[in-house]
Amino acid sequence: MQGKQVYAIADNIINSLGFSTTEVIQQIEAEQTGIYQHEIEAIYPTPFWASLVNNEQLQTQINKEFVGQSVEHYFTRLEQMFLLSIQDVLRQTNIDVKSKRVLIIIATTKGNIDLLEQANRDTWYYEKFAERLDMSYMGDVLQKYFGNPNQPLVVCNACISGVLAINIAQQLLQTEQYDHIIVTGGDLVSEFTLSGFFAFKAVCDGICKPYDQDRTGINLGEGVATVLLTTDAKLAQKYSKIRIGGGGSSNDANHISGPSRTGDGLNIAIQKAFKQAACSAQQIDYVSMHGTGTSYNDEMESKALGLANLLDKPMNSLKAYFGHTLGAAGLMETIVAMASMRKGLLFKSLGYTKHGVSQPIQVIQNTQKHKIDYCLKTASGFGGCNAALVLAKIES
Amino acid sequence: MMKFTQSCRIHEKKIYRNEALFYSDQALDDKTNFKTFIKGAYKYLGQSYPKFFKMDRLSKLGFIAASVLFSDRVLSAYAPEEIAVVMANRHSTLVTDTKHCESIKNREAYFPSPSVFVYTLPNILVGEICIRYGFKGENAFFISNQFDQDFMYQYANLLFQSGETKACLVGWVDYKDEADYSAILHLLET
Repeated sequence: MQGKQVYAIADNIINSLGFSTTEVIQQIEAEQTGIYQHEIEAIYPTPFWASLVNNEQLQTQINKEFVGQSVEHYFTRLEQMFLLSIQDVLRQTNIDVKSKRVLIIIATTKGNIDLLEQANRDTWYYEKFAERLDMSYMGDVLQKYFGNPNQPLVVCNACISGVLAINIAQQLLQTEQYDHIIVTGGDLVSEFTLSGFFAFKAVCDGICKPYDQDRTGINLGEGVATVLLTTDAKLAQKYSKIRIGGGGSSNDANHISGPSRTGDGLNIAIQKAFKQAACSAQQIDYVSMHGTGTSYNDEMESKALGLANLLDKPMNSLKAYFGHTLGAAGLMETIVAMASMRKGLLFKSLGYTKHGVSQPIQVIQNTQKHKIDYCLKTASGFGGCNAALVLAKIES
Repeated sequence: MMKFTQSCRIHEKKIYRNEALFYSDQALDDKTNFKTFIKGAYKYLGQSYPKFFKMDRLSKLGFIAASVLFSDRVLSAYAPEEIAVVMANRHSTLVTDTKHCESIKNREAYFPSPSVFVYTLPNILVGEICIRYGFKGENAFFISNQFDQDFMYQYANLLFQSGETKACLVGWVDYKDEADYSAILHLLET
C-alpha cells in the first residue's frame, strides 16, 4: 500500500500475568501460565479454568497510578483496566493525547457486560454504571478522562476485533487525518460469556492445548492491551523497531459459529495482508496464530497455513499463557509478537505436545532464539470472520 | 471513483428500496409487533431461506434489508473476496444479551443456549449476509451513537483504495425494541 509508514511506538498489556508488557513477557519467557482453576460462585456455578486479572492487584495499581482520584467510584472494572493501560502507554512517549490529531480506537466484544449480570444488577454498581452498557458511551467516558477531543471509534467484530482495530488504525493514519492512534482493546471474563461458551461445550477443563491431539476447548481470559501507532518517523526512530506492514480481513461465508472446513476464508485475509504489506509467504519468519484450542478452529488454521504456503514457518498460539481474551486477543497477541521480534525470540506454544491437526504445521516446542524480520498475525471469530496482519522489523 | 448504486431503508414498519416505498405493514396502527412485520416482509420477498427463522431480531432486520437491496441486483461482476460488508449500530445486541441473561438468572433453572448466545455478537449479522450471498471480502462492525455516514463512506473508500475491494455494503442496523429499530444499507461500488 502506498502512503506513510505506520510504526508501533509504545504498548501495554494487563492480564493475569502482569500489568505491563515487560511483566507479561517475563512470565511468557519463563513459560508461566496465568490460567488457573477458579471457584467464583458469582461468575459460574461450578469451578472453571480461566485467566483472570487479580482484583487486589488491580486495586493496588489503581491506587498507585491514580492517587486520590477515587477511580473506583467513577469507572467500572473494565474501564479501570483501560485507564491503567492507556496511561502506561502515554507515559512511554511524549505525545499530546489532548490533540485533535490523536484518535482512540477501542476493540471489545462485550464492553461492560458484567453490568447485565444479576449479581451486579442488584448492587450500587449497576445503579451507577448501567448507561455504560452502551459501548459507544463507554468510549466517550475514556475519551473524556484523557481529554481527547475526538469521539473514539469502537470496533466490535467478535474475536478479530483487536487485529481489525490495528488494521483500521493503519489505514486511517495513512490518510494523514491523524498523527497518532491509540488502539486499545479489552474484555472481561463474566458469567455472560463463560456460560455461553460452556453452552457451546467449548470450554477446556484444564489448561487449553492449541494444535494438540488432546485439545478439548478454550480458556477464557480477561484483560486490556494497548498499542500506540504513529506516522511520526522521528518518534519511530526513538521508540520503535516495528512497523505495521499491512492487513486484511475476510468472511468464510460458511457458518455463523463453526469455522470453515477448508481454511479458505482465513487464507483470503492472509493474502490480502501480504499484498498490503508488499511481502510474500517466503519472507515470513514467524506466524502468531489465533489457536483457540478447539478442535475445528485449530484444524481450520492448519489448512489455511497450507493454502498460504506457510507450513514450514515456526508458529504458535499464546492462548495457554493468558487464555482467549476475546476483543483484546488480537491486540494482546500482536504486542507479544512485537516483543518476540524485538528480542529475536520465538515463544513456546504452551500446551502442545502431540501433533493434533491434519497439516504438518511447525508448532514452536521450545522457546528459542530466532531472527524475526517479518511476522504474520492472524485471528478468526464467530460470524465467520478472519483477519491477518503483517508486522515488519525496521532495519537498523 | 466510488459510487453509490442501491439503497434500502427500514423503520416504523416501512421498507424503502432506493427511497421508494417497497413494503409496509400498517395493519396494526401501533408501532409494535416487529415479528409480524418482518415475517410479512420475508413472505412478500418470496424468500425460501429456513435459516431466517433461527436468526435474532437484529439479524432478521439486517437480512431483510439486504434481501430488499439485492432483490433486483446480483453482484456477479465481482469475485466473492472483492465484496466487503461494513456495518455499525448503537445498541449492539442488547435484546439478545438480555435474553441470554434471562437463561442464566436462576441457578436452579440454568439453561444458556448456544443458539441464543451466538447472536450476542453484532457482526453475526454481517456473517448471515455473507453466508446468504457468498460475500468473502472485508468485514467490520462498529458501535457508534448514530449512523455516521461520512465515516462509513470514508472507510469504504479506504478499502477501495487498497485495490482489493470492488463493492462495499455499508450500513446501520440497530434494534433497541419494538418501537425503536432502523436499518439503512447503501451499496457502494467502484
